[in-house]
Amino acid sequence: MAVAADTDANLLRLGGFSGKDIPEDDLLRACVHCGMCLPACPTYRLTGQEMSSPRGRLWLMRAVADDRLDLLDPLFDEQMYQCLNCRACEAVCPSGVHYGPLVEASRAQLEQHRPRSLSDRVVRRIGLDWLFADSWRLRWIVNLLRLSQRSGLTVLARKMGILKALGMADLEALTPAISRRALVPGNERWDADLSISPPRRARLFNGCVMGTVFANTNRAAARVMARNGSDVDVPVAQLCCGALHVHAGMMEEARVLARTNIDAFASSGDDPIVVTAAGCGAALKEYGYILKDDPAYAESARTFSARIRDFTEYLGERDLVPPTRTIRRQVTYQEPCHLVHAQRISRQPRDLMNAISGLELIEMKESSLCCGSAGIYNIVRPDMANELGDRKALHAMETTASEVITANPGCQMQVGASLRRNGSTAKVRHIADLLDEAYGGAKTKRSVIGNSAQHATR
Amino acid sequence: MDTRVDRYSLVTSLENIVGKDAVFTRAADLLVYEYDGSVDGAVETAMPAAVALPTTAQQVADIVLLARRANLPVVARGAGTGLSGGAVPQQGGIIIGLTRMNRILEIDRDDRTALVEPGVINLELSEATIPHRFFFAPDPSSQKACTIGGNVAENSGGPHCLKYGVTSNHILGLEVVLPDGRIVWTGGRAAGISGYDLTGAMVGSEGMLGIVTKALVRLTPMPEATLVLLAPFADIDSASHATTRIISAGIVPAALEMMDNLTIQAVEPAYHAGYPMDAGAVLLIEIDGIADDVRGTGEEIATICAEAGATEVRSATSQAERDLLWKGRKMALGAMGRLAPNYYLHDTVVPRSKLPATLRRVDEISRDFDLPIANVFHAGDGNLHPLMLFDRRIAGSTERVLEASKEIITYCVEVGGALSGEHGIGTEKSGYMTMVYTADDLAAMAGLKNSFDPAGMFNPDKIFPKGYMCGEVRALRMQAMAQKLGIHAL
Ligand SMILES: Cc1cc2nc3c(=O)[nH]c(=O)nc-3n(C[C@H](O)[C@H](O)[C@H](O)COP(=O)(O)OP(=O)(O)OC[C@H]3O[C@@H](n4cnc5c(N)ncnc54)[C@H](O)[C@@H]3O)c2cc1C
Ligand code: SF4
Ligand code: SF4
Repeated sequence: MAVAADTDANLLRLGGFSGKDIPEDDLLRACVHCGMCLPACPTYRLTGQEMSSPRGRLWLMRAVADDRLDLLDPLFDEQMYQCLNCRACEAVCPSGVHYGPLVEASRAQLEQHRPRSLSDRVVRRIGLDWLFADSWRLRWIVNLLRLSQRSGLTVLARKMGILKALGMADLEALTPAISRRALVPGNERWDADLSISPPRRARLFNGCVMGTVFANTNRAAARVMARNGSDVDVPVAQLCCGALHVHAGMMEEARVLARTNIDAFASSGDDPIVVTAAGCGAALKEYGYILKDDPAYAESARTFSARIRDFTEYLGERDLVPPTRTIRRQVTYQEPCHLVHAQRISRQPRDLMNAISGLELIEMKESSLCCGSAGIYNIVRPDMANELGDRKALHAMETTASEVITANPGCQMQVGASLRRNGSTAKVRHIADLLDEAYGGAKTKRSVIGNSAQHATR
Repeated sequence: MDTRVDRYSLVTSLENIVGKDAVFTRAADLLVYEYDGSVDGAVETAMPAAVALPTTAQQVADIVLLARRANLPVVARGAGTGLSGGAVPQQGGIIIGLTRMNRILEIDRDDRTALVEPGVINLELSEATIPHRFFFAPDPSSQKACTIGGNVAENSGGPHCLKYGVTSNHILGLEVVLPDGRIVWTGGRAAGISGYDLTGAMVGSEGMLGIVTKALVRLTPMPEATLVLLAPFADIDSASHATTRIISAGIVPAALEMMDNLTIQAVEPAYHAGYPMDAGAVLLIEIDGIADDVRGTGEEIATICAEAGATEVRSATSQAERDLLWKGRKMALGAMGRLAPNYYLHDTVVPRSKLPATLRRVDEISRDFDLPIANVFHAGDGNLHPLMLFDRRIAGSTERVLEASKEIITYCVEVGGALSGEHGIGTEKSGYMTMVYTADDLAAMAGLKNSFDPAGMFNPDKIFPKGYMCGEVRALRMQAMAQKLGIHAL
């Protein structure tokens, strides 16, 4: 029986990978197709089909590299973007396959070689390029969103079915309560509690979404660090981390942001750079990788990446000052993919929660399976994302916890929306907000506000 | 392909059976069904003509009937972690993927059984039964990913099979779709078998006799206490002597595994399981049962190990410590990717008494072929896993590996061993079957295959050496007869 090549002319239009950001052959061939990663993959779990598995996707990449499959075959495109880039496969792979950089490079290949419709290009340019490349623009848009939320405009729009007609019903459901005042880099600083010595110095990475929509969470994180003996500030001139760009295969745009951020933190010596969004943290830790071929930045990118700490990782490096308040509450923990899989941080957040007296942590099933947020995945692929979101919500609801704790803004929005859709009233909170509450909150620890709210470098 | 079923009607018929989203026929889709877990170079890849992902036994039967009309081969596929090429469709045809039949249908605490669909993942069955204080004993290292259907087809084993037995000891009954499209049950809940043991025939048949659509499996009660010992030795020899002495003292550990230095080099930096990097070999021994017995046996084993030259004996009792010690072992195969881009292994079995000599021979072969070989294996039942490390991009390296493995297999068979302990024969080892079986033996096996599947439709080209099946069975019988009569010309 001959192989079924008769209907597939597209197999013949081959050119392999070319241009910039080619998936590295050595990384690709580290996969021995053992299949051990299959059950960890959310898209495989939902579909049971090999092409939606990490092994299948790696095999497709290899087929393109070997001129057996066209880069522009619709299946390749579909699979590279159906992947959530959650990196669960990477964390369980016994051969140590670096899946993330491979799928990102494959997307970069598609970006370079695929003809895109004009509208698609415009949306991406405005969405990812124009908006995130400048922090003022983003703050301005977020403010507008907040005002529309408060003025009831969105409620009205929803009632009239406008959002639905615009295909934005899902987007609206995802929008969280927005912090009133954005955190502007260089404008606020927190001084270490004096009782603790020696003081440490932490530079907060603000992030685009965290610094605006969730600015109060960043402030909470800074307060917790200050209570644990750190001087915290938010260096000026920093921008979005570029994670969304990397995920979308827009590598050059990501590199521009990366260089800006490296420069912004260059004057703060080797102070740890603390990040409150798992997705940003993972991307920042990979600056060394994405700039490895840039002679001017390769070295500084590596040192920059080595300074990055997730908020929970940073706190876990020293004994914790015991939180002062008892919180009698049951919570469950949703592990952000880019914390547990990409950064392999899983113990620290749990240790932190267990340090709060009265708090009971009830583990949910599949706590490390992606919730479907995955950057902007839930906006561009709502079906698959909703299925994962429902699965997550049901697992969380099974624990009967009144709060779901997480450590990434995307998860916070996605899990929140999923819980509401499934009729749950449980709240979703960032672990920094929970800890801040356990230390007494905003009323007992104020920031220094001013134009030069910056700590000197030791 | 039969002219009555052309390509177009094949696709639409498949879609009518399982639905549009469960049929794949584009070449790009089929690419990812051309491999399984087996090693590049040892098993040829091959693409199917179509893949269907059914959700019921009836759908499986309907696909089989369609394939019959179209005169196409049918290959069952679980998770595709097989190491002998079992799920690779050597003659194309239809792959029936069972990954969407993945429900645990029933857990019966009184009868200690579970009724499951074939796509249930091995470890997830145990995870579902542990709250009831039971587990599914066969524990291949791939248990996080492989399916019960695949376990049945390969008669898979794992570390704990030393005490509890391989898959065949844990299957009570099976629902199978036969090559003629009938759905039948073999075995059942009650102990004892009336008539032929068809369950026994199905287990280990590598998808060549029937497609499993439900399995009634035995659940094993969780032991009261479990102890894991780690004993490092200066060299492999003393570790194998310790193994032989433990078993001949009449002790039956739950598991007794050996890892040599090369394996430790691959695993320890990755998983920090706590194996000493400078040990020549370590034994990982698990004992389970009633608390008092476990403690006593543990001490007995520790003494034997110390006498055989163990540099220390460490014990782990808490779940977390035990998991860590095991993690290194369970991840060993995959971790080889850290030492070399490719690995290839066999899973020959030798009588335990021949273990030290066999390992010395493996070491010799490693030096003769200038090929690093890591040993990580089920020492307790003499089931070797010599892992040859190589880089297939270097010209001639694959050939060298295949030559070396032939040497290893030949030696193991000479000392009275078997070709495969648990990974199956597939296409990978079919060529070696004549080394262990006479033409008569093979003819008897072919007879069984023939009575189930005279057309050779289910998973062709597996187990039997090339040219031994279908039309050639008659010739085989004649050859057997000729052998008996001492006639050589045929
Ligand atoms: C890293 C690694 C470690 C491993 N360790 C072990 C080990 O310790 N012990 C061990 O025994 N094996 C081991 N294996 C081999 C493999 O995991 C087992 O053979 C496993 O049972 C295969 O299950 P599967 O679901 O992947 O089957 P597949 O690979 O999909 O198929 C294997 C065979 O079973 C047939 N089959 C699958 N499902 C059915 C069904 N429902 N009905 C009929 N036939 C079917 C297929 O046709 C094929 O012939 C290992 C593999 C890997 C990659
Ligand atoms: S990515 Fe890793 S776990 Fe997955 S098939 Fe490849 S080697 Fe195996
Ligand atoms: S990154 Fe996540 S979705 Fe993508 S292949 Fe890996 S496990 Fe699957």
